[in-house]
Amino acid sequence: MSGESDRMDRRAALKWMLTAAAAIAVPRVPGAPGAKTPAAKGYGFDPDLSKDYAPGDLWPLTFADGQRRTAAALCDLIIPADEHSPGAASLHVHDFIDEWISAPYPDCAKDRPVILEGLAWLEAESARRFGSGFAQLDVPRQREICDDLRYEPEAKPAFRQPARFFARFRDLTAGGFYTTEEGTRDLGYVGNAPSGTFDGPPPDLIRKLGLD
Amino acid sequence: MAFVTPATAKSQYDVIVVGSGAAGGQTAYTLAMEGVSVLMIEAGRSYDPRTETPMFQWNRQAPLRGASTPDKPFGFYDASVGGAWTTPDEPYTNASDDPTKQFGWWRPRMLGGRTNHWSRVALRNGPYDFKPHRRSGLGFDWPIGYEDVAPYYDKVEMLVGIHGSNEGLENTPDSPEGILLPPPKPRIGELLVRREARKLGIPVIPIHRAVLTRLLDHRTIPAKLHPGNPRAQRILAQDMQNRAACFWATHCSRGCSIRANYQSTTVHLPPALETGNLDILPNAMAREVILGPDRKAAGIVFVDKTTGREGRALGRTVVLAAGACESVRLLLNSKSAAFPQGLANSSGLVGRYIMDTVGSALGGQIPLLENLPPHNEDGAGGPHVYVPWWLYKEQLAGKLGFPRGYHIEIDSGRQMPKAGTSSHLDFFTKGSYGRAFKEDARRYYGSFVSFDGRGEMIPNEKSFCEIDPAVKDKWGIPVLRFHWEWSEHETRQVAHMQRTFADLLLAMGGKLPRQPETDGGKAISRGGSIIHEVGGAIMGSDPRTSVTNRWGQTWDVKNLFMADAAPFCSNADKNPTLTIMALAWRAADYMIDQMRKGDL
Repeated sequence: MSGESDRMDRRAALKWMLTAAAAIAVPRVPGAPGAKTPAAKGYGFDPDLSKDYAPGDLWPLTFADGQRRTAAALCDLIIPADEHSPGAASLHVHDFIDEWISAPYPDCAKDRPVILEGLAWLEAESARRFGSGFAQLDVPRQREICDDLRYEPEAKPAFRQPARFFARFRDLTAGGFYTTEEGTRDLGYVGNAPSGTFDGPPPDLIRKLGLD
Repeated sequence: MAFVTPATAKSQYDVIVVGSGAAGGQTAYTLAMEGVSVLMIEAGRSYDPRTETPMFQWNRQAPLRGASTPDKPFGFYDASVGGAWTTPDEPYTNASDDPTKQFGWWRPRMLGGRTNHWSRVALRNGPYDFKPHRRSGLGFDWPIGYEDVAPYYDKVEMLVGIHGSNEGLENTPDSPEGILLPPPKPRIGELLVRREARKLGIPVIPIHRAVLTRLLDHRTIPAKLHPGNPRAQRILAQDMQNRAACFWATHCSRGCSIRANYQSTTVHLPPALETGNLDILPNAMAREVILGPDRKAAGIVFVDKTTGREGRALGRTVVLAAGACESVRLLLNSKSAAFPQGLANSSGLVGRYIMDTVGSALGGQIPLLENLPPHNEDGAGGPHVYVPWWLYKEQLAGKLGFPRGYHIEIDSGRQMPKAGTSSHLDFFTKGSYGRAFKEDARRYYGSFVSFDGRGEMIPNEKSFCEIDPAVKDKWGIPVLRFHWEWSEHETRQVAHMQRTFADLLLAMGGKLPRQPETDGGKAISRGGSIIHEVGGAIMGSDPRTSVTNRWGQTWDVKNLFMADAAPFCSNADKNPTLTIMALAWRAADYMIDQMRKGDL
């Protein structure tokens, strides 16, 4: 399911009931450098809702330059510029992903080793296949690697784990991108504006779907 | 405005009210409007939706694009302050390590409590809902019936403003003509559900929610609510003009700065404060009820959270409205020689029969809703239609295999993008990325519909709370320990929900990423997760088998009232908030009557 709906919030919310009163468990990944979330505090139970927050404002970010370059390249491969909207990297979606994996919350801590190990794998695979870093590859070569990862249930056994990384990275890229002004416009969300009336669906649409 | 500190509060009030949510707000409103002096004690900080609500904020302005975290389980902009299923410095415990036998306790700490973020779904209980034992032999009948509560439903609906419609359906009460505000038009997905559900014999009707779809009539309503009380009428008429109608933006769960929806802080407290009869003491954690030598309640001992010092609030009558389990905790922690097992607990039933609503969900993707032209579906900041329980006759005839019903809330639409938007699309796209992914994201956006069942739980012996013998909170107050178990009555109901949701989705041509659960035990919500905490001090006609009488007045202590959902004898599928308010108003009227007679 797409996590688009407000009701999905409840489902996401319910997870935290189970962890209520339990310490935040950071998954241990032996040998993965930087896989452990550094000690940091979350925004707590009474954050300032009126502020604009940017990645790095609340907790330190993680990506080193190389990781950041790889992440940006992957963001743009997943969501490139087209006639509707710019690419994800130009909107700094990779910085949102950095914010996410650096956050002291359980979901984020779970994603952290997946993303960091995945980026490392991508670099190693690029070097193995093409003798170059992922960010330096042209798009056809980047796609050659990512085609092996695109859908986990159909991935070859050797690519299952990286495919899980790719799926997670794509979801984070989508969330980061479609929440930006440009992404929101691309998607066709036209709300969050005051109006004197609520008119319901366009009459043409109601007729077209036979719902009148 | 009269916000007070322990130093500035008066030495004596007519009534002390513990809690500021639906129950505390309504109680304080009714009493203050009728000239009774009230001190309201709130464990959290003061909160003003007029200045604090994040109207129009985009998720890109929030940390983590507004995603759910343990600090903010309903997202960054949810109007919950000071606590969630965990509350700092104030733990609770569960007797079992098995998560399915645990209760999650939702406790914000803010003026207005849970009313700031609630769903605004405001359904009346029907006649059957007050007499469930008579109908099925299970649970308990209330000592009151629908006819006792109906006049108060009318009053609350007029005061708060509820949109909806009268449909004349079984056990789904109509409101008197002219009370409900016009329902908003259904969204496209809701229209599709309605068409397909009708073919399956399932009704889809306008939901009732506490949102002003137009302004309240300040010229006629105040006189109906406060006959013979010109001052109350004048204050209410003025306050109604300070509330705006919904401008169809900003989800209600963020709260409402224009006061278009119901929160205790947008509807009850402003006029109550205007009377000058209400003082509010925030940051005061009630520790115990003071028992006088005459075996009457004399007030509340509280801890001032800003200093850690203990204080006393004295009143002629004490009303507990802290949320069912928090009120129960107060009783159990108020031990004395006269009441060694806790105040008002001669029945031994304080803490027994706590209930939540049964929840279960299933969603799908609807190809008919793909690639729709962009249009605004924000609407009234929540669902516009719902399915009331429709199988009363089949259930009564024993054809369903479970004794109580559920209603269905429908979630659909082109909602404001957030962290999870366009994620988990692989099931449909087989893993597209690049330009194809952007096309897929446009195609699938707004094409999802999900159903949330909200069912009645039958009170049982295994679901209760008590004082933990070892654990205390930061203030040294003993905490609650919960015991929880669903029964087959609920798990079978959930299996029926799952089957029904799948039938509806498939009828709409939907694709299901997850198949419906046939084992209801695997798809049932955790106890406490729907945040409809009721019971724990049930009302009745016999002091041996109930804690309060039909007014929420405890049998043992005449001037002590339970105004929240603690006295609920059952937890109908209808969301409890409207009933909490109706019963609180009714109890406050009774208190005023008793005070005038000199009996309180």
